Amino acid sequence: MMTMKVSRKEVEHVAFLSRLALSEREAEEFTRQFNQIFKQFEKLNELDTSQVEPTSHVLQMQNVLRQDSVRSSLPIDEVLANAPDREDGYFSVPRIME
Amino acid sequence: MKYEVVIGMEIHAQLLTKSKLFCGCSTEFGAEPNSQCCPICLGFPGSLPVMNRKAVDHIITTALALNCTVARESIFARKNYFYPDLPKAYQISQDDQPLGERGYLDIMDGSRRIKIRRIHLEEDAGKLVHIEGEPFSLVDYNRGGASLMEIVTEPDIRSAEEAAAYITELRSILRYIGVCDGNMEEGSLRCEPNISLRLHGAKEFGVKAELKNINSIRAVQRGVAYEIERQSQILDEGGTVIQETRRWDEASGTTISMRSKEEAHDYRYFSEADLVRVVVDDAWLNRMAAALPELPQARRERFIAAYGLPAYDAGVLTESKEIGDFFDKVAAISHDYKVVSNWIMGELMRLLNETGQSLEQSHMTPEVLAEIIALVDKGTINLKSAKEVFEESFHTGKTPSKIVADRGMAQISDEAALSGIIEGVIAANSKVAEDFRAGKEAALGFLVGQVMKETRGQANPAMVNKLLREKL
Repeated sequence: MMTMKVSRKEVEHVAFLSRLALSEREAEEFTRQFNQIFKQFEKLNELDTSQVEPTSHVLQMQNVLRQDSVRSSLPIDEVLANAPDREDGYFSVPRIME
Repeated sequence: MKYEVVIGMEIHAQLLTKSKLFCGCSTEFGAEPNSQCCPICLGFPGSLPVMNRKAVDHIITTALALNCTVARESIFARKNYFYPDLPKAYQISQDDQPLGERGYLDIMDGSRRIKIRRIHLEEDAGKLVHIEGEPFSLVDYNRGGASLMEIVTEPDIRSAEEAAAYITELRSILRYIGVCDGNMEEGSLRCEPNISLRLHGAKEFGVKAELKNINSIRAVQRGVAYEIERQSQILDEGGTVIQETRRWDEASGTTISMRSKEEAHDYRYFSEADLVRVVVDDAWLNRMAAALPELPQARRERFIAAYGLPAYDAGVLTESKEIGDFFDKVAAISHDYKVVSNWIMGELMRLLNETGQSLEQSHMTPEVLAEIIALVDKGTINLKSAKEVFEESFHTGKTPSKIVADRGMAQISDEAALSGIIEGVIAANSKVAEDFRAGKEAALGFLVGQVMKETRGQANPAMVNKLLREKL
């Protein structure tokens, strides 16, 4: 069986994808924790699941669907209430270069 | 050319649903920014998505129209990426078990088959607005969470012409089955071709570039053609093509690298625990299959076989479903099918183009066109008057017989009335009449013209010809 090992570089990459800034200490700490978690998964991997269908959802429900009908939306002021910055009814964000 | 062109196409089509995919916010285009948003599509904590049944119906219909296998059990996933057009920082989409897989679409009169890899359902992102020179970008989330369909082909397309043919045929089908309005300028249909070149016979694919910002079928053709040219030049000079996303620039007719996308994506798909699986049983599938209309290709073939129309006419008449339906209805009353086709391809399409109206918005009906054709057939009006009647009916909805009566357009086919006029014309143009008698056949045309002028174009031309010859 493959031993999974998460490097500190990978932890930093995952943090970057989520736009999290980790301190030196946090990066060390999370790398250690990630490796511990993976060790637990290795334990689970000892089980032979080749004959078991993957579970897509813990609930056995299906087809929870709604009719295509319009309901009222929030007032614009409420939509923008938590926006750090706004401009003419828009959310304003640091410029995105395209 | 030395290289084989390999193109795969990814299209995103906004589905025609009144409300968004997971909430009841309206999808109407052109509303005030951020006026069509709620806790669900803004991704507020604690909100839960509930899927729009109509959106699933649309995907199943499309999958059937594109000869795909419909998944009997389909699941949803979160596609994670950090970008301001995505309020949740993930998009609800499908990865494994998409709703449709392994289909095909035939193009170029059935001579080329493009395989469809997958069709899936996902939510749209918001819209970013950039203002020149400002240090910020603006976000409007009205479109965020609207239902979007992604259709991905296998890399089967081999030229710019085929790329344009594929998108033309696909757009026509999506409109026929009523799942997308196909408007490329407004972005309800977006296409992203990826293009690479390789030496003929090579096993490995070349490095591909993906094109964005294509908002017309003409731009598909031009953009792909430019990219083929650009890449062959690089390869000819011994260089290497870089894998990247490039933006089609309509003004310069070139593609420009989008550097912001250089970083490799890492979407970390995982299953969406807020949604349960969608199970499509026989009853649901059969209901969708039964509601499928005749598709453009089948209709083209029928128009050629059943009405004896030229392939060109059949192509033009079937491009939109409403025009094809209209032709069928007129043809049920009026049996000179080529004449019906000429009226639709000529006058009807000209007026639709000029007014920017849809057939439904105009006053033209199959009965009106059939009546006009019958009036010409019976000799009541000539073709020139018929076109005027058509135009007036188109704008006002007045019946042809009423227009003919009100405007006194009925053709003069009365021999006695015409005789008098013709004698007058001969007397007034005695020199021309002499020329004709002396054998100058062309002189007759001038005299016919004079008679038409006298009768304001209402004389029956065949009768004028006959009477003129008799009297000369």
